[in-house]
Amino acid sequence: MTPVLAVQLGYGWLAAIKVVAVLAVVPVGALLYVYFYLFKMVSHMQSRLGPMEAGPHGVLQAPVELLKFLQKEDLFPERADKFVFGAAPFVVFLSTFLLFVIIPTGPRLVAENLDTGVFFALAVSSISVIGILMAGWASANKYSITGGLRAAGQLIAYELPMVLAIVGVVVQAGTMSLQGIVHAQANGKIFGWGGIGEPFVFTQLLGFVIFFIAAQAELTQTPFDMPVAESELVAGYLTEYSGVRFLLFFMAEFASAFAFAAIASTIFLGGWYIPGVHGTTADLLGPVVMIAKTMAVGFVIFWVRFTFPRFREDQLQAFAWKYLIPLSLLNILVTGIFKVVF
Amino acid sequence: MSSADSGTEPQPAPAEPAGGAAAEPEAPPVDEVRQALLDSLKAELGDSILGAEIAGGDIWVRVDRGAWVDAARVAKTKLGMEQFCFLSGMDWLPNNDLSAEKVWDPEAEPTNGDGTGATRTYETGVAGGDTRFQVFARLFNPTTSVGITLKADLDEQDPRVGSWISVYRGADWHEREAWEMYGFTFDGHPDLRHIYLPAEFEGHPLRKDFPLLAREVKPWPGLVDKEPIPGEDEEEETPAEGGDGG
Amino acid sequence: MTTTGTDWRQAAYISGQAADARVNVELETEGMTLNIGPQHPATHGTLRIVCRLDGEQVIWADPACGYMHRGYEKLAEVRKYPQITTLVNRIDWLGSFANEVPFILAAEKLMDIEAPPRAQWIRTVLFEMARIANITLFLGDMAAQLGAVTPVFYAFRDREHALNLIESATGGRFHPNYDRIGGLKDDLPKGWIDECKAVMRRIRDFCDEMDDVLVGNEIFQTRTRGIGVIPRDVGLEYGLTGANIRASGVDWDIRRDEDSPLAWKDVDWKVWTHPDGDSFARYWVRLQETREATLIVDQLLDGLPAGPIMAKVPRIIKVPAGEAWVHTENPMGEMGYYIVSKGDIGPFRVKIKTPSFNNISITPWLLRGVYVPDVITILASLYFILGDIDR
Repeated sequence: MTPVLAVQLGYGWLAAIKVVAVLAVVPVGALLYVYFYLFKMVSHMQSRLGPMEAGPHGVLQAPVELLKFLQKEDLFPERADKFVFGAAPFVVFLSTFLLFVIIPTGPRLVAENLDTGVFFALAVSSISVIGILMAGWASANKYSITGGLRAAGQLIAYELPMVLAIVGVVVQAGTMSLQGIVHAQANGKIFGWGGIGEPFVFTQLLGFVIFFIAAQAELTQTPFDMPVAESELVAGYLTEYSGVRFLLFFMAEFASAFAFAAIASTIFLGGWYIPGVHGTTADLLGPVVMIAKTMAVGFVIFWVRFTFPRFREDQLQAFAWKYLIPLSLLNILVTGIFKVVF
Repeated sequence: MSSADSGTEPQPAPAEPAGGAAAEPEAPPVDEVRQALLDSLKAELGDSILGAEIAGGDIWVRVDRGAWVDAARVAKTKLGMEQFCFLSGMDWLPNNDLSAEKVWDPEAEPTNGDGTGATRTYETGVAGGDTRFQVFARLFNPTTSVGITLKADLDEQDPRVGSWISVYRGADWHEREAWEMYGFTFDGHPDLRHIYLPAEFEGHPLRKDFPLLAREVKPWPGLVDKEPIPGEDEEEETPAEGGDGG
Repeated sequence: MTTTGTDWRQAAYISGQAADARVNVELETEGMTLNIGPQHPATHGTLRIVCRLDGEQVIWADPACGYMHRGYEKLAEVRKYPQITTLVNRIDWLGSFANEVPFILAAEKLMDIEAPPRAQWIRTVLFEMARIANITLFLGDMAAQLGAVTPVFYAFRDREHALNLIESATGGRFHPNYDRIGGLKDDLPKGWIDECKAVMRRIRDFCDEMDDVLVGNEIFQTRTRGIGVIPRDVGLEYGLTGANIRASGVDWDIRRDEDSPLAWKDVDWKVWTHPDGDSFARYWVRLQETREATLIVDQLLDGLPAGPIMAKVPRIIKVPAGEAWVHTENPMGEMGYYIVSKGDIGPFRVKIKTPSFNNISITPWLLRGVYVPDVITILASLYFILGDIDR
């Protein structure tokens, strides 16, 4: 029996609430990012206003688009492998959904505080690669499969720097649990001053930068969006998808961005911790702080996306294998030395 | 600009004082640069040059069909004409008369179009010409900014000439266009096929006897009175009938 | 309309398509035929490039143009001279005034008429503004082809000002139809000169922005340096002109090197070249040229002579018999008109030499062995426009 808000709940009820909560967060996160960054930020960067008609300043545009996708015709290419084709978006969505399970937004607000939270997050984010390959293959379109293969190559290449960057954090925090990492940051001290704890962005700056770049690539955002921008020449793995299935991919993309930004906020920027606030207040204010930090990280992600041109596939791979991975290995080495010596 | 004239630069006109009012025409200054070009060409090609003209800061040279490719080679190597500008064709049959209304009559004998009913003849242009079809091309020397227009006459029944593709690679597309539009065949071109028009197109549009169908279907009305704006009364219509009884 | 080539290529294409249509168990990426276009965000218009790929590399590429062929040369044979300017605007519609100028100059050359100095200077101003309107679009658009989505909006925003100016002077943003044999249609409106100078300042700021955002960006450099190198002699053989050939180190600019009635020799300006001949060089040269164009316009406006804008021209224009060739340094390259006149009210034959036709003819040679993403970079850097290719 776990007490939540002074009510004793059975395991089944608790699980149901958690599932509903996480399922609700996914589209909310996606919608927030879509509205603020895809509609408004990019528009203002490009000297235009973006959607203004639907709702005040276009706030209803994103939900309306959601409805629009829901009412579209469900198309299958004739030669597509129907089962795989239909399952692919769900696999990608599944991976995104599972990412939100371990993100803590308060001392007690976490769907499941796994001891191997970080490990789980990385493993689960790799499932999306399978979904993308399924989408590319099942479309029965030679361009889709090439796009899918490229995406897979890119995503696998950039998994490594991401993992290695996080390893540095894990070494420093001493735990793989995300809640534990937040506490490690909360209880840490910067040169003896414990005022704001010790957000790992200071000690793990290199790791933060590497994680950031790797996340940008994992999300196939420019400058790493060759699989998607392949749609200039050929169609990417997403071509044959329309309606709800496309919506799932699209929402998964933005929700993943939200999730990665949330993970970055948690392990590098200190998570939900507010200095001096504990207990139920932290439970209430934690989500606010998390959303603020996630939006800040997302701001930078999308800012970079809308500014830079894109890498060519081989340049992208070279960048990962020849630069990011050695740097992240160096990061781990230095962190390990510091952890042992000091 | 003088027209058909096979010769070298224009000779000074003989002095003919007409009532003392007209001044004696001066000899036009000799264009030395281009005269030098012409001389080099003559040195290389000799008899193949059938006509030349230097006028208005430009030079036209008409060569024999067989020397078409050689002329290009000489121009490229000896005259420094590295830049290939364009290559196209000319059909010297006269155009339809612009100011008259004409209806296309496929049965009629082709006439000169000047109203005299004379059968078709043609005058050719600068540096002369003996046949209906000519291929002409322009080359340019980017360092000295001097260009040359080369022409060659082609046989009317079987217009063919050597391809410039071995000398200037860019001639590839231009020759395809000339083949498509005029029907010229370029010997040595590896792949003469349509460039602008669909593969099944029949005919050679830029030939003068290929009708511009829009004009034939509805002849050019020339100068017409302004049409009344739709909605306004058509005042020019039937005059008032009042009192006009019969 | 399909242009599928000669027999062996047609057969190969069809069998390639048939093979690809079967969903194979073993993945075959050998000899995949890729169609870029005709509807395509990357090409400026309906151009179709059929590429045969071996994995990532292009084995051969064959552009199929003609989707926009309007038959200008045939049309010009049945029109009077003043009517042809209307047609000719539409060849390169981005820098449209620049299309009219060589035609009018050729007709004036045959008629031995000189437009008054004020008209020539205003023609030059508008010509350079056409260049600015045209190339600013390129500066933003090449970035968009490479994936940077933002600069293209800045390009359109600043280009608007130039187009508004052209519209206020000529009545048309894209198709001014302003040049007449003997001068111009109208004089400039009041206040135009000051506005024009303000707009030139804006365009210079835009060029500085592009310098910052793109030329200085490492990713842009990695994507464009060393890509699509055109050696000088190959470029000249194919007839490349304009910024494309200047980026290969050929110091040739018709405005500077030839005498023209227009006012380029009356102002100070530089010709920009770049030795590399790659895509980056082509972008860089065009950026410098845009800046230079604004400086030219400023100087011209400062020294604009007073006077009439139309010479004495007969009411019915009959051009004496003869042949004339006039070419100018258009935004896209070298554009020229070869007019053959028989003394009639309309030309006998007009050969329109357009720059993009030659610029694109190099693609079969240039795209061999190139990686697929670089195909887009190269096409973007060559900068063509379909109206120019197809006439």
